[in-house]
Amino acid sequence: MENNRMLEMRGIDKSFPGVRALQKVDFSLNKGEIHALMGENGAGKSTLIKVLTGVYSKDSGVIRLDGKEVQIHSPQDAQNLGISTVYQEITLCPNLTVAENMYIGRGKAKITNWRKMNADADALLSKLDIPAKATQQLASCSIAVQQMVAIARAVDMECKVLILDEPTSSLDEQEVEKLFGLMRDLKATGVGIIFVTHFLDQVYEVCDKITVLRDGQLVGEYEIADLPRVKLVAKMLGKEMDDLSDIKGEMEPYQGKDADEKIYEASQLFSNAGIKPFDFFIRKGEVNGFTGLLGSGRSECVRAIFGADRVLGGTVKRNGKEVKIRTPRAAMKNGIAYLPEDRKNDGIIGDLSVRENIILALQVLKGFFKPFSKAQANAFAEEYIKKLSIKTASADTPIKSLSGGNQQKVILARWLLMHPEYLILDEPTRGIDVGTKVDIQKLVLELASEGMSVTFISSETDEMLRTCSRMVVMRDRKVVGELSGEDLTQSKIMSTIAGGE
Amino acid sequence: MEKSLFKKITGNQMFIPLMALLLLVVINLVVDPGFFKVTLGTNNAGNPVLSGYLITILDYGSELAILAIGMTLVTAASGGQDISVGATIAICGSVMLRVLCGTNPRPDAIQAPILVAFLVACVVGMLCGAFNGALVSFFKIQPMIATLILFTAGRSIAAWVNNNMLPIVPDPKFAYFGGFIPGIPVPTTVFIVIICIVITILLLKFTNLGLYTQAVGINEKSARLNGINPTFMKFLAFVILGLCVAVAALIKVSRISTINYSVIAKDIEMDAILAVALGGNSLSGGKFNMWASIVGAYVIQFLTTTLYKFSVRSDALAAYKAVVVILLVVFSAPKVREAVGSFAKKLTSKNALKEEA
Repeated sequence: MENNRMLEMRGIDKSFPGVRALQKVDFSLNKGEIHALMGENGAGKSTLIKVLTGVYSKDSGVIRLDGKEVQIHSPQDAQNLGISTVYQEITLCPNLTVAENMYIGRGKAKITNWRKMNADADALLSKLDIPAKATQQLASCSIAVQQMVAIARAVDMECKVLILDEPTSSLDEQEVEKLFGLMRDLKATGVGIIFVTHFLDQVYEVCDKITVLRDGQLVGEYEIADLPRVKLVAKMLGKEMDDLSDIKGEMEPYQGKDADEKIYEASQLFSNAGIKPFDFFIRKGEVNGFTGLLGSGRSECVRAIFGADRVLGGTVKRNGKEVKIRTPRAAMKNGIAYLPEDRKNDGIIGDLSVRENIILALQVLKGFFKPFSKAQANAFAEEYIKKLSIKTASADTPIKSLSGGNQQKVILARWLLMHPEYLILDEPTRGIDVGTKVDIQKLVLELASEGMSVTFISSETDEMLRTCSRMVVMRDRKVVGELSGEDLTQSKIMSTIAGGE
Repeated sequence: MEKSLFKKITGNQMFIPLMALLLLVVINLVVDPGFFKVTLGTNNAGNPVLSGYLITILDYGSELAILAIGMTLVTAASGGQDISVGATIAICGSVMLRVLCGTNPRPDAIQAPILVAFLVACVVGMLCGAFNGALVSFFKIQPMIATLILFTAGRSIAAWVNNNMLPIVPDPKFAYFGGFIPGIPVPTTVFIVIICIVITILLLKFTNLGLYTQAVGINEKSARLNGINPTFMKFLAFVILGLCVAVAALIKVSRISTINYSVIAKDIEMDAILAVALGGNSLSGGKFNMWASIVGAYVIQFLTTTLYKFSVRSDALAAYKAVVVILLVVFSAPKVREAVGSFAKKLTSKNALKEEA
């Protein structure tokens, strides 16, 4: 067993101003092992990974690779030692071709043999079954394919240790399966894989061992068979969880006498994002959702509703009256709020403070010539920091220095502060730990019981089943069905998505 | 606690421009304390005027300070710079003279009130800004390329406005703006700058110009999804810069009551951009600190005046300036600041150890 040890990290410490991100953390990885690294947001998973890949330098501790102590000062060092990483967010260059992205910064030669590079890339892509061409511009691929190209790049670097930092969060099930196949192949060749994910199912499907971190400290290392799911969640949270309880049943549905009114209705709406014209409505106090595989057009639908893409046609009624919604601003004026899927690019304004990020939407709605006083803005920020228990040093902290889950809460606070009639949440729980996930789901139901209408989109079907009372099913950019009541089951959704009954 | 205070001071955006200013002050104090002498004398017309190097700096730094305001906004919103401001100053100045003097380059009296001439120049300045802004925001052309058009063509347009003649404004009142108002010993330009700054303060306090501009500069896509119109905000920044240009043109033309198309406000765009950079503002857009830019503008003028005082020849001035600029920019680079910070940290901790021992 010991001879098999490939990577060993002992007593790793890392502090940031005001935070001890890692305290005496140990981690080890064997040859041909898939090792899950689990923990809530801010538990220190990303920091540990970044120490290992040379993005951060550790304060103290030892890293041994194949029994030899190594110093990793830069990502380049890590790469030379055979440690490759694929990050959650795509870190490739969208304006280069697929092949260029795969081979950039790797060759020792001064001259690039373009033809050979493209041929090699094509060979690898077809071997891994990735639907992309070497000469295609990366930006023209879907996010999922971009992610797979990133993995292909890492795989091709003959790595000993492959780190996958939430690689599956933007992949649909088939693509995840493909990725898992790839991981198993690599495992068979002796590569050690560190797998960071929030999806419990995936951990149990593919991993051999689990290391759990909490609040920057090591909780323990476990064989997968010794740690059932419920225990894992308990270890991560440090307490027992009612994670899988029926939260929908606990919450009273909205009881107002206008509960049947359609507050928003669209007919034959479509945008330049390539969706077929669709009909849609939502009642007051209702939670519904769009479901379908990744790329089926569910995000594009809500973007059309909010005017985020260019709306090309269709009529929209609000409370029965026809209105024109062509821009986000118009949508906001009509009481619609939209939490976008891509938090980094569409959600946060990185350099601005948490406070400014929170008040932004309401401020825009209030008008250019009526800025909030500093005291008022602070009061709003403090209110929502407390309400959503956002972990931040202060309201003045730039949002980009918060962890992903807390950034998401800030964006959520931004839209809640607007007190919308109709709230659209596109993947609000992506890349967020279990505890926060349940918090957000509960919040959604709570808001609905107070009369807010919510559209909820998630790649995790069970999450949608727990919150939505009606689901619009999409396939190939077209609405193919609508399910509600007793039809709302996993299998029914699957069969509707698959079609051809 | 001490360390955090030190960090607070060095981490502040105003630190670099203020340090540069302090350094210049100290150098001048050491070499010649007479640099700071301000005397009250009388000018040719027998009016009381303040004179001295400090007054020169305040006076001649005015155009730069005003341009720095607009340039900061353009930089923040578009992530690029307007290199046409010198040329547009020539256009605005030329238009002003055309309105004041009519078609006759040597009129006996001005043909229109100064205010009208100034307002027309403002409109022209804003139109030039709108032209640049439209290219940048609607057509998504890189700011430096878009403004290259007016940079190249501006001075020719300016000459064409007056048929390549050099009109001279006969009214001595016109010279007040770039000189002194009889009875007031402080240069008029100082008041003009104060007015501009006050307007800017009001604009930033009573509108969301700052918030929107920064939001657009940092993340255009999410700014749009929050209901902000990024295209318009960029456009607006350029129009505001156009207005600043018109004010700067008034001062420039008023100083000599005439114009020299090829020389007026030459290279001032580079100084204005430098002022923004000196103020620690990112030239790729996003967050900005207006005060740091304005202080930056005066630092540049301070430097220029100091160099003149050391009788550096005017054609060699640029080279000397470049050296100082390199030093400043290198020192304000995050990497260097970090190193300096950790060095200071070591020093303080060593001292603490010594004390303990």
